[in-house]
Amino acid sequence: MSILGTRVVRTEDPVFLTRGATYTDDLTDERLTGALHLTLVRSPLAHATISSIDTSAALDSPGVVAVVTGADLDIAPALLFPGANKAMTRPFLATDRVRFVGEPVAAVLTEEFYQGEDAAELVDVEYEPLPVVIDPLAAAADETLLFPEAGTNTAAAYGYDSEPDANFFDGCEVVVTRDLVNQRLAAAPLETRAASAFWEGDHLTLYMSNQNAQGGRDEVAGWLGLDKDKIRVILPDVGGGFGAKIGSDPEFALVAWLARAQGRPVRWNESRSENMTGMVQGRAQRQTVTIGGTREGKVTHYRLDVVQDLGAYPRLGTFLPMFTRMMAPGTYDIANVDSRARAVVTNTTSIAAYRGAGRPEATAAIERAMDLFAAEIGKDPAEVRRLNVVAPEKFPFQTKGGVEYDSGEYAKALDLALTEAGYERLRAEQKARRERGDVRQLGIGVSTYVEITGGGAFAEDASVQVHPDGTVTVLTGTSPHGQGHATAWAMLASEQLGIGMDKITVKHGDTDLVPRGGGTMGSRSLQTGGVAVHQASGQLVDLAKQRAADLLEASVDDLELDPVNAAITVAGVPGKSVTLAELAAREELKVDTTWDGQKPTFPFGAHVCVVEVDTESGKVTVERIVAVDDAGPILNPLLCDGQRHGGIAQGIAQALLEEVLYDEEGQPLTGTFADYGIPSAAELPSFDLVEMTTPTPVNPMGYKGIGEAGTIGSTPATQSAVIDALSHLGITHIDMPLTPLRVWEAIQEASK
Amino acid sequence: MKVEITVNGERTSADVEPRQLLAHYVRDTVGLKATNIGCDTTSCGACTVLLDGEAVKSCTVLSVQADQQSVTTMEGLDGAADGRPEHPVTKAFHAEHGLQCGFCTPGMVMSAVSLISHDDDLDERKVREGLEGNLCRCTGYHNIVRAVLVAAGKDPDAEQRAEAESDALRTAPGFSRGSSPTHPEAGA
Amino acid sequence: MIPLAFDYARPDTLDDAIALLAEKGEDASVLAGGHSLIPVMKVRLGAPEFLIDIGRLSELSYITLDEAAGEVAVGAGTKHREVVDSELLAAEVPLLPAVARTVGDPQIRARGTLGGTLAHADPAADLPAAALALDATVVLRGPRGKRNVPIGEFYTGVFSTVREPDELIVEVRFPRCGDSGWAYEKFTRRSNDWAIVAVAVSDDRIGLVNMGSTPLRATATEQALAGGASIAEAAALAAEGTEPPTDTHGTPAYRTHLVQVLTRRALETAHGQR
Repeated sequence: MSILGTRVVRTEDPVFLTRGATYTDDLTDERLTGALHLTLVRSPLAHATISSIDTSAALDSPGVVAVVTGADLDIAPALLFPGANKAMTRPFLATDRVRFVGEPVAAVLTEEFYQGEDAAELVDVEYEPLPVVIDPLAAAADETLLFPEAGTNTAAAYGYDSEPDANFFDGCEVVVTRDLVNQRLAAAPLETRAASAFWEGDHLTLYMSNQNAQGGRDEVAGWLGLDKDKIRVILPDVGGGFGAKIGSDPEFALVAWLARAQGRPVRWNESRSENMTGMVQGRAQRQTVTIGGTREGKVTHYRLDVVQDLGAYPRLGTFLPMFTRMMAPGTYDIANVDSRARAVVTNTTSIAAYRGAGRPEATAAIERAMDLFAAEIGKDPAEVRRLNVVAPEKFPFQTKGGVEYDSGEYAKALDLALTEAGYERLRAEQKARRERGDVRQLGIGVSTYVEITGGGAFAEDASVQVHPDGTVTVLTGTSPHGQGHATAWAMLASEQLGIGMDKITVKHGDTDLVPRGGGTMGSRSLQTGGVAVHQASGQLVDLAKQRAADLLEASVDDLELDPVNAAITVAGVPGKSVTLAELAAREELKVDTTWDGQKPTFPFGAHVCVVEVDTESGKVTVERIVAVDDAGPILNPLLCDGQRHGGIAQGIAQALLEEVLYDEEGQPLTGTFADYGIPSAAELPSFDLVEMTTPTPVNPMGYKGIGEAGTIGSTPATQSAVIDALSHLGITHIDMPLTPLRVWEAIQEASK
Repeated sequence: MKVEITVNGERTSADVEPRQLLAHYVRDTVGLKATNIGCDTTSCGACTVLLDGEAVKSCTVLSVQADQQSVTTMEGLDGAADGRPEHPVTKAFHAEHGLQCGFCTPGMVMSAVSLISHDDDLDERKVREGLEGNLCRCTGYHNIVRAVLVAAGKDPDAEQRAEAESDALRTAPGFSRGSSPTHPEAGA
Repeated sequence: MIPLAFDYARPDTLDDAIALLAEKGEDASVLAGGHSLIPVMKVRLGAPEFLIDIGRLSELSYITLDEAAGEVAVGAGTKHREVVDSELLAAEVPLLPAVARTVGDPQIRARGTLGGTLAHADPAADLPAAALALDATVVLRGPRGKRNVPIGEFYTGVFSTVREPDELIVEVRFPRCGDSGWAYEKFTRRSNDWAIVAVAVSDDRIGLVNMGSTPLRATATEQALAGGASIAEAAALAAEGTEPPTDTHGTPAYRTHLVQVLTRRALETAHGQR
């Protein structure tokens, strides 16, 4: 029986469940012995000039070895996203100006880490407050500039080269428009950011918590002006990333710089309070949707305008609107699609990727637009979707977003979800509750989605080596931080080689072992790195056959793999065989390969969410969520379901609970886990997953990505469900998160 | 101040600052790194250990408060010393894929151990409420809840089956397990 | 996030603790479960120079029935978990364990104490309002001896009470409850969040959480009930005399509305038990 497609429990877990994983702060590398502890002094103001920094009192504090300010650094401020306005660079420690609460201003190095916080309090920084701009729409007006030398707060604009067509919606029988908020979220991996560095001569070893060792190495090399060969980046176990650990952080380079300057290893592990302002955040779009079509329900026109909040320094957030525009029409076959976006800086924490990164924003917009359109023409939202999704015979489908959807059966996914949910019965129950004026109203939300995975980084390296003792080492450029690649990649190798998983070790996240790699992000890993491992394993068997041909005095064509014994045998000649291990003993048996799919894939699905809304208090309870997520064939359903579960939870959390908030002065109001609404087990139901399998032609395994799907589908389904519960009151929209306060206020407004 | 704390059955002692948090005693003074610190506000539960048998958040207990008491961390559970998750809870977390990145896991496991010790008739709702002090960002809790039910000797699919068999409107799904096969090599 | 340095002592007896508190004066803070104090110290909003740990004084940990007084006496050091599990309280003062069950999460309930939460005087805390609804008496001890303070006179403002700096709460006394029912309606966003608003009812006494700078009684509602008003009529008066706060979870208008809904629901539950 093939191991592919079966529920193999993780090989990572025995360690994780006994002595625990080894995260960056857990490292006991001897070369870190005697490391100094870095504590950062961070700006308490959102926008100010720095008039002076007095470090003398801190220097006198016990255990302090050095206090470093921006004036001491010899590394130039960096442009953290290449495509952004060139003037919007970030210093590694602020010098003349701070632009968000939490921006690092000084670095305190102490012998013990308890001493760091004491000393950091004694660094005396004098600030002159500047006007603060928090709202991205206000920032777009350029009245308060974060970078006066840039002359604008707009870091990038897309689709602004021509004026929008004023007659775009002419001829539509129905046009609906609406402003939407896709709120700012904190990725909040349970492990905060951490790094440690030591130098051996002019060679740097940098441990960090990240999603991509190779990319991180390249960035740090660029910032520090080092040759890449002089840096080894190692990722220990990583306690979650969700996109926020893509790319190096300036703090990591600072750790390396300080270690060199001090001639001692340096360790840094931020607190959660620092993390909630210092780590990049996600989403943060203001959108305007306009949708037009016929009274019968055919959507013919769609326009999406996006203002992307970038936070103070442009980072990967600058890229998000490109994904959002690309995926703007979603699963729908809409003849006319128009979009544009601009990305602006504000006095807030920088925005980058968060699970889905631009795609949940696109999906939320089009799904809300579909609901608004359905409400306007008085039709069932599921029916309107069925009428407009791309038909299966149209694949590959060239979209108005400018991409080619590879494969899909969108209406089938929708119908599967509706059937599993018992849609008709739910509608009947809803009607009954409305008729009897129940305090607890039922809402049913439907979403369909398609997303792009492996987008932008289609190639990945893999190396597979069989050792003389029969064990196997797999090297991969992907970089799991919870996804279970050690298990999944071993399954792929085991299947091809006939060698048991217990003999296969998967290594990753070390630039000396794996110099090239794209890391794990954008749901890319299986369709790139996994397929590369599959390819390498197959090529290794081919290589083994070539080597065995001479030994066994047979033609390569007559040789086959004996999967029971991991040996090459002559077909039909029992006993004439040589094991892979024996071949490895004669000569290194190793294959390095690159798989390049050259294209992204487009997983899709449909979610149905059922909520109960207490109309007296505004409280929402998620009763049920049904998820059809089609990512092609499933390598390991246990891992795949895990990805879906986590995604669904984060998606529901965006719809109902989470939002990063600032006051008008730019002070964070959600700076701890006590204030920021990450759900616990008690706020969530179990999830109802429905299987559907539509392979992609892009790779031989048919694999698409699954990491972000749950997040993308569940958010609009949940938001719609709440609004649906209240639609009989005339409510057609409530912005996320749908907190009890928001829901109650909407009910109050509607009953006026 | 000198403290003596029994950690996973071993007597330990050290001269510590009164302000030292028990989490740091376990991690840095004793050197057991499984217990993690995920927040500053007693919110996330990653640092949960048993103190004299009760689950507590060790980031909000001073080492001096635990003087002459006994601490159990995940490293102290059955099989842990040999790298084998043989305690009913760790075993079930492995079998049910109750962990992904692993950061919340040591605290989640210790909360589950405590929860099971306090209630011999757990169901899904009680497990969810019983874990309210532990945040996980990866799993959506679905498989964690399953794992705790299994560890408590309950059938994690029972509620789903009962619902499927009844004609009542299904508003709560119970658990979905899918129809895919388990491979002989699947282990656990 | 670690506290500023301090000195620490764990006296062996209550007498020693009171003597030490008298000696150290306002520089000292009393540490019981520590789940209010240590978080405040970690973010350095509080920095006492000396901590007196009373968390392990067995003299302060008990739940006993005082038949003569018709009261249940609960030692101030009794942990929330012990309150939750008490069969005596479940029979005699059932509101109390029901409210204690909603405090924080299991780990917090394993450390936090009844005396600690009453002394901390957070207007968003559960048990102070429950104590109001239960007409409890706070027993204080200090160098000048013991005194009993009715809970209604205990709170003076946000995080402040009539407790003198050299006094300790040693006991809380709860009258045995009548048969007119009890209920606790706690409204939160997440299950272990602080209450946005909560309402505790016992014997038609109503305690309100997070509706002002101190826990409050819904006096107007109580009077209306006593005067024969319906539950709905009485509950509509629940916000009278309150000054609800504004934060990210609620406006005063929302809290004013919520408290009426929750009071009505709590009274309906309580009266349903008659």
